[in-house]
Amino acid sequence: MSNGPVDYVAKTPVCLQIGDAATNSLRPGVCVTDIVFPNGKPIKIQKISFKNYYTAFLSLRLLRSEEEGQDGAKWVTCLRNFPLMANPHDEAGSQDYFSVSRQQGAAMTAVPREWCVGTGACLRYLMCQATTAPMLVEPDDVTSVRLILRQPSSAWLNFNIEEITIYDCVNEDTERDVPAWLSSLTPADEPLHLQGLPDPETVSSSIQQMWALTEVMQSSQTTASVGRFDVDGCYDVNLLSYT
Amino acid sequence: MEPVLVTMDEETELSFTIAQMVQRLKGTHLHSQLERQAKDCLHRPDIKLESLKDDVRNFLKVSGWERKLQNAVYRELHMPPPGSPAAPPQHTKEPLQYMRNAQASWEKRILKSLNSMCTELGVPLARKRPLPEQRELSNKWNEMGTDEPDLSKFRPVYAPKDFLEVLVSLRNPNLDCSEELSSLSHWGLIKVPLHVRDIPQVREACPELTLTSGQLGIDDHPHVPSDLFESEHVRLGRRVLGEQDSAAAQQYSRQGCPTGLRAQLWALILNSTNDPEDIMHYEQLKAGVIQHDLVVDNLIYKDVKLTASNDDYYFVFEDFLYQVLLCFSRDTTVLEHFNYNSATPPKSYIQGKAEQDEYAVIYPPNGVIPFHGFSMYVAPLCFLYNEPCRLYGVFREMYVRYFFRLHSISSHPSGIVSLCLQFERLLQSHLPQLFYHLREIGAQPLSIAFKWMVRAFSGYLSTDQLLLLWDRILGYDSLEIVAVLAAAVFAFRAENLMEVTSLASAEAVLADLSTLKVMPLIQIFVFATMI
Repeated sequence: MSNGPVDYVAKTPVCLQIGDAATNSLRPGVCVTDIVFPNGKPIKIQKISFKNYYTAFLSLRLLRSEEEGQDGAKWVTCLRNFPLMANPHDEAGSQDYFSVSRQQGAAMTAVPREWCVGTGACLRYLMCQATTAPMLVEPDDVTSVRLILRQPSSAWLNFNIEEITIYDCVNEDTERDVPAWLSSLTPADEPLHLQGLPDPETVSSSIQQMWALTEVMQSSQTTASVGRFDVDGCYDVNLLSYT
Repeated sequence: MEPVLVTMDEETELSFTIAQMVQRLKGTHLHSQLERQAKDCLHRPDIKLESLKDDVRNFLKVSGWERKLQNAVYRELHMPPPGSPAAPPQHTKEPLQYMRNAQASWEKRILKSLNSMCTELGVPLARKRPLPEQRELSNKWNEMGTDEPDLSKFRPVYAPKDFLEVLVSLRNPNLDCSEELSSLSHWGLIKVPLHVRDIPQVREACPELTLTSGQLGIDDHPHVPSDLFESEHVRLGRRVLGEQDSAAAQQYSRQGCPTGLRAQLWALILNSTNDPEDIMHYEQLKAGVIQHDLVVDNLIYKDVKLTASNDDYYFVFEDFLYQVLLCFSRDTTVLEHFNYNSATPPKSYIQGKAEQDEYAVIYPPNGVIPFHGFSMYVAPLCFLYNEPCRLYGVFREMYVRYFFRLHSISSHPSGIVSLCLQFERLLQSHLPQLFYHLREIGAQPLSIAFKWMVRAFSGYLSTDQLLLLWDRILGYDSLEIVAVLAAAVFAFRAENLMEVTSLASAEAVLADLSTLKVMPLIQIFVFATMI
């Protein structure tokens, strides 16, 4: 569904402060970073993933170029105050990985409650951290992304977002042409001159069966270990290694 | 049963999680048993070809195999979930960089200590036992306690107080410590701002412990008529065992397990089986003990002799402890838990062939170097199980779910760092005078309570009370109750503690916990404290 990561240029983060930056002794609690794409080409974003570093809330705004016929570009809010840290003063979520992806339709699917065994352990297991967030708008024709980071707690010295990776959509419209050499396969009209050779149909079906067996073997490979800790019966260890 | 709504993204995450779980369960004995059952049931007359899939499924449900599968899935749900695809494996072990660094340098200290001890004593870390020695050990397997090897030169690799020093020195480099009296002023020793629950949140998380709800440990007292709570609870416990439902057993355990049913209930909660396959695995471990001699074995011997053998409750189980702990050291299946443990197993090379990958091994085979007091994790379980194989299975499962968190540095809510911080915050919030007084006389509360929490109170409480506490650890799938109990003990002895004037007298007041009843203490501290 998504291509590899897209190149981008991240501008220097700008911290918003009240009053004069030089005389203000309080640390800023809001930081804004702009991301532009090279060549000015608009991107259809599939997913943005990043690693948090002590940012409490993230807002995303996208600069979308308008449709043809209209001038100018519009800023829209894609994510509003998404909480990365459950409590801005605590460590929870402070160095976690997150991703924001395009909403895949607005459909909701029902999960039978029998799956949620016992004390709701299943739901807890999955939803223990909301590490993925859906976007509020369709991120099509995006020329710039603005990340607004907020960290209201005075406990932390710095906060930002690292390892930002943006994935764009695979273009599903292009059809690849069948190469010319593929279309010139021999049509099966001419009778085959078998001279003592087995019928190709039976040969191909038995080969298919063997292939199916190997597929079953491959797919049922397990990660269970045998349990041996020695190397060929030898476990003579002198000292532990530090590396 | 009404369905739960999830979004498309969550559905993708759900299918990813399910695929991973299926992959993990595929290698287990249960998988091959289910396949065999499904194949065998095809002979039955009630299985029709037209509705083959549904009939086989129905058969598995009726014969109890679906419940076994449910229990296995439930067990997998208890393991920490795999991290998000973008996160590297060390992030799944421990998300915070500075904690990973602290754990790595702590481990390096342990390795150095073990290496220098071996060099001093001139013994290799591991060697193959000569055949006569193997035969001798095999004969003495059931009475290893009678052996009196010379352990005087061996010393424990570390003690809990060394570990406490490391935890106290943990610092987050991004934390602003410039203001002395900030709103987050904290009188305790732990200086990292982890998220811990306070009393209102503990009340919300543990509604089954409330004053109006029956508890074993309170309402099974001889003076309380048993038909008020106890007999009904025991009846319910028998039913839960009849259904063989792990999830129900866990929920049941929150109000305590009756003594007669506890062994089976804990095995059910932990999904620990005693099939021929498990017995065979245990025999394989035993063979590993007999064939190879490890220095770690001497550490275990020394630890058992110093702790469990000196304890009035546990000295009779000395032989069992060796049989369990020595086999535990050889168990490579324990290595799986390092995926979500911030610790890393120590590595070495056989025959001195350093840096050559084909000779790389993990030492000890299970990656866990025991410390002083480690055998106390096993000792209370000896009251429940009298077969070493069964005892071993339950202990191993409890270790990879809970106990490992008590001696590794991590930010997990059940990790020892969070427990220490929770204990200090609870005490400071609800007994500030006591905390201040103890701090002033140089008796930081954590310095006294740490040794209790590291062992989950094993060896400090009387056994029946300890087992009631561990019922709740299993029931709530969390070690938080240990921190709550530690604070409750201080609250109980607050009057005496306010009168002491030195660390030694404070320790004397809290030296003997064997008369305490844990459930009333916890109930009063959590539900009867004025907020």
